[in-house]
Amino acid sequence: MLITCPYCGPRDVSEFAYQGDGNRTRPDPASTDSEAWNAYVYDRLNPAGIHNEIWQHAGGCRVHLAVVRDTLTHEISSVRFAREHGTPTHSRRNHGAKA
Amino acid sequence: MSPRRTPSGGRVNRLRTIRFTFDGTAYTGHQGDTLASALLANGVSLFGRSFKYHRPRGVLTSGVDEPNALVTVLRGEVREPNIPATMVEIHDGLTAVSQNRFPSLAYDVSAVNQLGGKFISAGFYYKTFMGPVIGPLKGTRFWMLCEKIIRRAAGLGRAGHAPDPSRYERMNAFCDVLVVGSGPAGLAAAHEAAQSGAQVILAELDPCFGGSANWSGETIDGEPAATWASDVVGELKTHDNVRLLKRTTVWGYYDGNTLAAVERVSDHKDTPAKGAPRHRHWTIRARKVVLATGAFERPLVFPGNDRPGVMMASAAMRYANQYGVLPGEKIAVLANNDSAYRAMAALAKAGARIIAIADLRQDVSAACRKLANDAGAELLTGHAVISTEGGKKLSGVKLAPFSATSGVSTGNARDIGADCLIVSGGWSPTIHLASQAGARPVWSDDLQAFLPPETGKGWIGAGAFNGNFSTAEAISEGFAAGRNAAGQPALETTALPDIEPAPLDPNPAPVFEIKAKGKAFVDFQHDVTADDVRLAHLEGFVSVEHLKRYTTLGMATDQGKGSNVPGLAIMAEALGKPIPEVGTTRFRPPYAPVSVGALAAERFGDLKPERLTPMHDWHLENGATMYSAGLWFRPMIYGGPGETIEQAYVREAQATRETAGIVDVSTLGKIAVQGPDAAEFLDRVYSNVFSTLPVGKARYGLMLREDGLVFDDGTTWRLGEHDFLMTTTTANAGKVMQHLEYFLDVVWPDLKVHLTSVTDQWAGAAIGGPKAREILASCVTGTKVDNEALPFMGIVHGEISGAPVMICRLSFSGEMAFEVYSGAGHGTHVWEALIEAGRPFDMVSYGLEALGTMRIEKGHVTGAEIDGRTSARDLHLGWMLSKKKPFIGSAMMDREGLSASGRLELVGLISLDNRPLSGGAHIVEEVDAANPHGSLGHITAACFSPALGKYIALALVSGGKARYGKRAHISDPLRNRFGPVEIVSHHFFDPEGKRMHG
Ligand SMILES: [Zn+2]
Repeated sequence: MLITCPYCGPRDVSEFAYQGDGNRTRPDPASTDSEAWNAYVYDRLNPAGIHNEIWQHAGGCRVHLAVVRDTLTHEISSVRFAREHGTPTHSRRNHGAKA
Repeated sequence: MSPRRTPSGGRVNRLRTIRFTFDGTAYTGHQGDTLASALLANGVSLFGRSFKYHRPRGVLTSGVDEPNALVTVLRGEVREPNIPATMVEIHDGLTAVSQNRFPSLAYDVSAVNQLGGKFISAGFYYKTFMGPVIGPLKGTRFWMLCEKIIRRAAGLGRAGHAPDPSRYERMNAFCDVLVVGSGPAGLAAAHEAAQSGAQVILAELDPCFGGSANWSGETIDGEPAATWASDVVGELKTHDNVRLLKRTTVWGYYDGNTLAAVERVSDHKDTPAKGAPRHRHWTIRARKVVLATGAFERPLVFPGNDRPGVMMASAAMRYANQYGVLPGEKIAVLANNDSAYRAMAALAKAGARIIAIADLRQDVSAACRKLANDAGAELLTGHAVISTEGGKKLSGVKLAPFSATSGVSTGNARDIGADCLIVSGGWSPTIHLASQAGARPVWSDDLQAFLPPETGKGWIGAGAFNGNFSTAEAISEGFAAGRNAAGQPALETTALPDIEPAPLDPNPAPVFEIKAKGKAFVDFQHDVTADDVRLAHLEGFVSVEHLKRYTTLGMATDQGKGSNVPGLAIMAEALGKPIPEVGTTRFRPPYAPVSVGALAAERFGDLKPERLTPMHDWHLENGATMYSAGLWFRPMIYGGPGETIEQAYVREAQATRETAGIVDVSTLGKIAVQGPDAAEFLDRVYSNVFSTLPVGKARYGLMLREDGLVFDDGTTWRLGEHDFLMTTTTANAGKVMQHLEYFLDVVWPDLKVHLTSVTDQWAGAAIGGPKAREILASCVTGTKVDNEALPFMGIVHGEISGAPVMICRLSFSGEMAFEVYSGAGHGTHVWEALIEAGRPFDMVSYGLEALGTMRIEKGHVTGAEIDGRTSARDLHLGWMLSKKKPFIGSAMMDREGLSASGRLELVGLISLDNRPLSGGAHIVEEVDAANPHGSLGHITAACFSPALGKYIALALVSGGKARYGKRAHISDPLRNRFGPVEIVSHHFFDPEGKRMHG
């Protein structure tokens, strides 16, 4: 698996550290909405297919990247600076909902 | 002359004789021989015993798909088992032995297994090792005993125990075009890609390039095919953009067009070249891959199809044409397609007698009839072999009229004497790598085989891999694939070479099995019969993936290269479905066995990185016993002669509390946190407030994780308005850095803060004890160190012996203590100056054991208590949770579960039986050694406390404070340690902190 770091170019995955699901938005720090905090800390999508992820170029420039990866093929369709785009928009499936 | 070596022909070097042994018998062969061809040339027919039934087995194929002729190669003390004899190049001194036989290959006592055929049928293990057994050896233990006995009888080669002295290495390579396979298709592709200037790697698993050109017996444009191949290789060698890798098996196809290959560099040599590895592992990133991996000829399933002397037709042709070896003198043929006729003709030409041809088809082409006629063979169409005769070698076959529609014989059988039966059941393209890359195979009714899809994302196929079996097609597809892979436009017309003789029809009759009485093998290597497959179906196995696991079909070292399609066909028939509806299993890496040594290569033993503090050598020179803490090495004790570990650390801790002691703390994580928003940033990441910290002071800080549990602790020093030095625990230094970087980069990119890891830039020495200040005062210049200049948690800058130092008065030991930091390059210099200054005061150097003892006495937490499950309140650090500001973890730390009663809380324990306590032991109210239960918690750290004169421990115990003063017991069944303890506060020693505040 190759990740193309915008600073360093295409690099082997062994240089990168996975830093978690990119589909999470941190609630306002002062928020007491426990549901929102719970979703942020614990709910993960684990899709078979396209996934938004955060990777750090830990063995390189240390920057954090918002990576869109297909978990079935490891195909990477997009790499952006995480800081510029924030964590990808909160496109959470309604999997916690009670019907 | 060897009995089976033809007088001429073949591509072995007859001028060079090679001596080797097999099962202790000396043989000779020629350069270019494999172990299989050399033994066949010597008239050897028996190569091994089978997996379950210990049936005698010969050699079935001539290549990497060999299921039967597995041998163990001995190199000194080192045994390498399960190597196909077809893949072993002989060399002087080669020592190989057969496998799975006792006491010898010819007389094997376990062969009686084959009398009780049902004994080890499909799903044997699943059925046998279940259900109740009555008696003393009941349950699992009994079955485990049985399994040991059965495992000794069944199985393949035995691995050795001697360390492997060989060297292995790894290479990374990049190319525009990787061509896998160097038959006519692969050579053509490599040639075209190389012409275009692309960087090309050509990988061939055999010792010589050319693939089928070495044994097809064809001519290409009037030249022998092998000459054509060596001409192309010769030209490729002149290109410096081409890398040719022979003896290299591409075994894995991973995402991003990353392929794994193993090159057998020295296996074919009696002594490897100086510095040469035995195997070299290649990781190849290729822009495009050309898969020219050819096809495997499939066996037919019929009773006795595993008898030594039964051989694939193409393999027999290869032995004759490439090695100049006749696998038999009186040859019978069984086929469902035309390709066996070409093999038969080659054997006839090489001097064998072709007795009869049983063709499963009712009619055959005129071309085949002519070949049969030319070879003088009796052609029996609509006939099958219904059994084979002979013991350890074939003596004859039974032929009978056969109906392809019913799959059974339809008339009287006839015996034919033959010492070799060549078989062709059609061809399966070698689509393994494409399958690994995710390609879904497509069934071809014409070829009765799974073909790769037209093309993959990263690869292009050519030749027999695509199901196009003629050499002309291989070359034309290879040219096209090579151009395509190199990004060249396709040519409108290509001049195709002229191939002689003309190709035969490759399509087989759709027959895979001849149903008759007797064991008919589908998977030779795992001894799976056609009846096993049907039994699995009867027992309800429908999915092909389940069938595979239940019968172990295709799960041996050959990975079912030959057995996959026949097994599916039998399953499909049982299910009453067409083969494509039953589906095929997905091939996984490795394509062929890979040595573990090649995978590990240099990455073992001494090459693990080590982190040494600047004072490391001093510790060694002064009697320290070191131990590893993560990658770091730290002094455990500085033991005197005859001292036990406990005696040493007790002495060190005692001396520190009486006068002074010094410890190397350079391993603590250190992060420079700098910038206008540094204070704000620290307020967000620590649970307590740092923005109010004055310059020149330090503060103890606690970090939580987002989930509200404790993450790490340490002191952070404010060196300037915008300049902080954070310390972390040794173990968490990397994790804390990553945690901070994540929040700064992703969550709060607006904060103007810069983080730098400076762990390795600073050397640290902590000096503590009643005399610590005096010692420091005697050696520090440029600053005072009295209470006014250097109050508790104060920071000063000065010099020791000419080296600049930064001193912070803080204490982990509970004594009046100072951490002295200097540039790493001055570390030993400053350390030695401190040691010198401490000499008049009898200061000791102490190690981690004494450090741990003093921290346990003080009740300070470390990683043993901050175990990822404890909250700040569990550790009595609730006072550090600021209510004035949000911080990482503040939203989650008050969750129900984290504030529930009954959580494990930090307590102290005192051993009441004056015996040592140890980490991991459980705390219970009542001891029940026979049935340990009712754990209240566990010990996290234990020591002998010189200050208390008792064995003490820190523990996490449910109820915590409420149990102070109560008795409980240790329950440690593994170490058989039970005994009474008293639960007390974790502040064992100087709870008010008088000593450190001085
Ligand atoms: Zn980078």
